[in-house]
Amino acid sequence: MTTIRVHPRLSPALLAGIVVVGLTLIPLGYVVWETATMGPGQLHDLLWRPRVGELLGNTLKLLVTVVALTVVLGVAGAILVVRTNLGAPMLWHALLSAPLAVPAFVNSYGWVSLTSQVQSYWGAVLVVSLSYFPLVYLPVVASLATLDAAPEEVARSLGRGRARAFAGAALPRLLPGILGGALLVGLHVLAEFGALQLLGYPTFTTAIYGQYRSAFASNAGTVLSGVLVTLCILLLLVELLARGRRRYDRVGRSAGRPPEPFRLGAWRPVAWAALLGLTALSLGVPGYSLVHWLLVGSSTEFPIGDLSTALVSTLSLAAAGAVLTVLMALPLAWLAVRRRTTVSTALERAGYIANALPGIVVALALITVSIRVVPSLYQTLPVLLLAYAILFLPRALVSVRSSLEQAPPVLEDVSRSLGQSAWATLRRVTLPLVAPGIGAGAALVFLAISTELTATLLLSPIGTTTLATEFWSNSSSVRYGAAAPYALLLVLAAIPATVMLSLHARPGRASAAEIPRRMELAA
Amino acid sequence: MSFRLIRALVAAALALPLLAACGGGGKDSVVVYNAQHEELIDAVAKAFTKKTGIKVELRNASDLELANQLVTEGKRSPADVFLTENSPAMALVQSKGLFDTLDAATLDRIPAAFRPADGSWVGFAARSTVLVYNKDQVKQSDLPASLMDLAKPAWKGKVSFSPTGADFQAIVAGVLALKGEAATKAWLEGLKANGKTYDGNNVVLKSVNNGDVATGIVYHYYWYRDQEEAGDNSDDSALHFFGKQDPGAFLSVSGAGVLKNGKHQADARTFVDYLTSEAGQKIIADSYALEYTLNPAVQLGRSVPPLASLQAPPVGISDLDSQKVIELMQDANLL
Repeated sequence: MTTIRVHPRLSPALLAGIVVVGLTLIPLGYVVWETATMGPGQLHDLLWRPRVGELLGNTLKLLVTVVALTVVLGVAGAILVVRTNLGAPMLWHALLSAPLAVPAFVNSYGWVSLTSQVQSYWGAVLVVSLSYFPLVYLPVVASLATLDAAPEEVARSLGRGRARAFAGAALPRLLPGILGGALLVGLHVLAEFGALQLLGYPTFTTAIYGQYRSAFASNAGTVLSGVLVTLCILLLLVELLARGRRRYDRVGRSAGRPPEPFRLGAWRPVAWAALLGLTALSLGVPGYSLVHWLLVGSSTEFPIGDLSTALVSTLSLAAAGAVLTVLMALPLAWLAVRRRTTVSTALERAGYIANALPGIVVALALITVSIRVVPSLYQTLPVLLLAYAILFLPRALVSVRSSLEQAPPVLEDVSRSLGQSAWATLRRVTLPLVAPGIGAGAALVFLAISTELTATLLLSPIGTTTLATEFWSNSSSVRYGAAAPYALLLVLAAIPATVMLSLHARPGRASAAEIPRRMELAA
Repeated sequence: MSFRLIRALVAAALALPLLAACGGGGKDSVVVYNAQHEELIDAVAKAFTKKTGIKVELRNASDLELANQLVTEGKRSPADVFLTENSPAMALVQSKGLFDTLDAATLDRIPAAFRPADGSWVGFAARSTVLVYNKDQVKQSDLPASLMDLAKPAWKGKVSFSPTGADFQAIVAGVLALKGEAATKAWLEGLKANGKTYDGNNVVLKSVNNGDVATGIVYHYYWYRDQEEAGDNSDDSALHFFGKQDPGAFLSVSGAGVLKNGKHQADARTFVDYLTSEAGQKIIADSYALEYTLNPAVQLGRSVPPLASLQAPPVGISDLDSQKVIELMQDANLL
């Protein structure tokens, strides 16, 4: 309340900010409220059963192995590309970033449709790791690319060998990138639904979906959601603790000079073979599978009509969702940049809460809340769009915020002093200044929505089909050929975001601090 | 990235509801909430429209999704007709009093076993429970006499099913109605210990055929459909019909009902009547679906054993308790 008294003018923005945060807090609030009011007896019964233990074991086992494997693959790939005389670094960079263009559930479809061998724990580890290792690779490339030669040279002048000098002086500087990437992989594994469902590997997300399918909005589903969200938040905390307060600054920004590359010598063919193998698994297998099924599928019938219906509704949903998300990001970003108070900072932070919310939890919460509170909205478009906005608000927020930070407030003051109203100033001065950020944020959200599966599956109004839902209904009933054209379009839809990320983290470019942030945006 | 892009996005956003509205068939269509296979009902609806001139709008989703949607929407529901794959979803909507009693002429076409006594809905197709088994892994002489046997230790690691689907849950409801709560509970616990779970009966069929698992509990038509296509997912497997009024011979009935609050009552009745008529049933029998027709005047034929030979157990069609089934399956840690 004090804030309102200090800045009586900004109450509309603050009000908008509070409304936005209120909306984004619906899923978390729902889970907390439901579990709190369930009654200890029922909560205990639903929580303390072998099924929850089994799911917890499955989820953690997968989480730990996939994070470890993606860190190994990502770090090794990045060092080979940036710090050695491997050759053709830009080609390898493109190939190691490219798996991001194949949504995990499409990759999983590629594997499962070729062999049922992957329907196991190790199969799940393999497929999910191949989908997500670029999330570690890209930030590590970015960190490596900005490393200065000096610390390693100092270490060597003090008598260390090349490898030990690298390990002692360079590796610690890569830690923030590695940790950031590992956290992203972890959150993706926890939230992953489609890939694991196709792989037949039960985790919390697939169990929540099973609950929804059979018991609809049930308490059992809510309890599972509660456990899953808790895991996500714990993961965020672990990463915060691990990152600690260490800093790796250097004096003088222009002093940077890239270190000399390691000579691979006789190991060069081995490195090529390893990277070729990785590429064959991560791109070759899904690519081969997709082409195979496209050829098989088109021999029967190519459903141009259904395909274009799904494409049009996907694009329209993505456009509408992007507009809503950016509109919701605007007041939060504006408050955080222009009216920095404890309240506005807290509001902005709350906007990032969705980073810890799996799509399945958001979807289930919105279904239940809409049924109980506003039944007229149940199974309608606004609810689906709100789910998108909650899920992808962080992406819009980062973009809009950074562009606002670069727009001088003095221009707004000048506009007001020249007699323009607050509204006119917003329209004629502020908005044009932040338009690039708005555009970038909207584009990111647009791309994310067009390949979103989980929330779309649960919330799309009956009769609305999208690329993801059509892909899903075909591939989950083993009509692999029929799923192929949709899979292809989903890959095409994911390419722009992948190219954007890959270019941002190009070897020899970009600032290390920025990359993990950008990754959160687009991945 | 400019105003032009934003304007384009806003325009697209505004156009979306229009697009969504265009998807429907307009105001004078019968709105069918359809949980049966889309391709099948689409074929029936097309023939119906051709014959009567009445337009049909299908909204497709799964049994329980649509049943819950109907219950949530209550009086405001735009639905005129509800079609399911299995009876439990019909029973749920029936228990909320949302169906209007069907015409006697419609009801009389279908044997009494396949419709509730109060006439609130009617069966129009049925599917038989079967055990699909891999021919290399299971000898015919080793097949179980009863569905209940699959919970015994001898079948450890050799049975699969799709617990999240309405199909398997209907089978559990059948077991519950026939054997009671305690036996069902023990059976589910045995299945949990013995079984491998998949998402969807097609996946069960494929996995059994591949030899990933020896047997699977599914409905008959998955196997026959694959046989009529190329047999890729069924050539190495065969079906075991339990017969002898065993719970494993449970016949699940797909139902059709007319909603009380629908705005096209007369047309909706005509549609359900058509679905059970000889013409409608013939479309079902001749389709890819391979589900049993229930009007005695039309036989499915083809390579599928006749309905009368199945020796299905007598189960009260409105007694299938989906709530209790979910509870039991949760207790058995299957959900």
